[in-house]
Parts: sequence; structure tokens; C-alpha cells
Amino acid sequence: MEQKTIITAEEGKQDIVVTREFEIPVELLFKAHTEPTLLEQWMGLTVLKLESKSHGSFEFETIRQGKVVFTANGTIHQVTPNKTIIRTFEMNNLLTGVRLEFLEFESITTNTSKLTMHMIYQSEKHRADQLKLPFANGLNMAHDRLQELLKINQ
Amino acid sequence: MNLRRDVFQAIADPTRRAILLLLTTQTMTAGAIASNFDTARPTVSKHLQILTECELLKQEQNGREIYYQIDPKKMKEVADFLEPFRQMWDDKFNKLEALMKNHKSKNKK
Repeated sequence: MEQKTIITAEEGKQDIVVTREFEIPVELLFKAHTEPTLLEQWMGLTVLKLESKSHGSFEFETIRQGKVVFTANGTIHQVTPNKTIIRTFEMNNLLTGVRLEFLEFESITTNTSKLTMHMIYQSEKHRADQLKLPFANGLNMAHDRLQELLKINQ
Repeated sequence: MNLRRDVFQAIADPTRRAILLLLTTQTMTAGAIASNFDTARPTVSKHLQILTECELLKQEQNGREIYYQIDPKKMKEVADFLEPFRQMWDDKFNKLEALMKNHKSKNKK
């Protein structure tokens, strides 16, 4: 089966490109990114603030068992309906820093569309920290024995 | 770097993660590994087979016994690899697609 979501992160660079084709019209793809109630559902977070307009800003948080486990914020530089969102994105209290994001929305047919997310990090190191995050969550890095093993072999 | 697509699925399973953790400090036989779990031995064998196929574990014959050990090279590759990040976005985008397909049909009614 061909993969729908494609990640490109070339060695020695500080950016990541995520592309995905959807079986929905571009208008709906864009709407899923700009309407708080929709964004909350697929991103799995709570939208505290989302001004989907040029010179706007946003704030997200995730609460698990009554505790805030994740917060993120950023500035929305430019919004062109059904075409582009240019914004910064910062996950608070993590080493990933602030990334610059270019979201491009394209119509393929009337019922299919494509999203290209180009994320640029402050450095190669910041990008590496980002890529390790989902892995760390998946493997529960609280088990430091394993973490040590990974360090030894770096 | 070519990794089999199911490596992340391999480490997403709690029993298989526990097996990897057990083996971080020692090499063990399948029997010794199985004795750490309540699950039936064939189930543990299946987990070992999957981890071995994904090259997260190596087998070493010592007399009549086969010992399992972690393949640190592969573990390092997995840690640096894009697959977990890709899966995270893939999950989110699958949700987005399902949500908006539903949204579309609702609005048509």
C-alpha cells in the first residue's frame, strides 16, 4: 500500500516537509485548519485562541486527567483562504524551539486536495529534537536504561 | 536508511517494549524471557519473532540454547528515523479526512 502521508527531512538540513493527499475538497481541508471546533477534533487538543487571519495568533493546550500536558502557541503571519497559512509554531517547555510553517493547500480535483507543510526549525539540532518526540512518547523514555543504551550507541 | 514499515508497530506493543527493556542489560533465552510474563509462551515466541524480523533483536546460538540480544544499531536507527513522526501526522490526517467527509455529508442533508 502506498503511504498517504510523506515526510521528507534531508540529512544536514533544518527543515521537514510533510505532504498528504486527501479525499476531500480543498475548501474542507482548509476549513479543518481554521475552525476551532474542527481543528480540536482532529488535532486532539483544546483551542484557547485561533485568529485565522493575517497578523493573528493562536494558543492550544492538551489536558489529560485534569492536567495540562501540552501547550503550544504561535503567530499567524498570513492567511489566504484555500491556499496558504504562514505561521510560527512553538511547543512550550520543549527543546524544539520556534518553527516557521508554510502550509500550502492545493486542489487536485473537485473532491481531492493536497496539503504541503514546510516546517523550518532554528537549527538541525532543533529539528532532531522534534523528530525524537513521537519516538520518545511511543517507547516511554522514563525507562532510562533504554535511553542510556541509545546514548552509548550514538 | 531503509526500515521495514512495521518497526514502529513492533515497538508500539507494550509486551514487545517490555521485552526490549528486559534485554537492555542482558542476553536471555526465549524461556527466560517468557518467565517474566504471564502470557503463554507461544505468544512470547511470536513477539520475539516479530522483534527479530524487524532486526531489533539478534539471535545467538550458544550450545543448544538460543540467546536473544538487542541490536543497538537498529534501535538507534529507529530513534532517528522519521517513521514515528510520520505515523503521528498520518493518524492526525486520517482523523481530519474522516471528520471532514462526515462534515460534508452532514451539510448536504
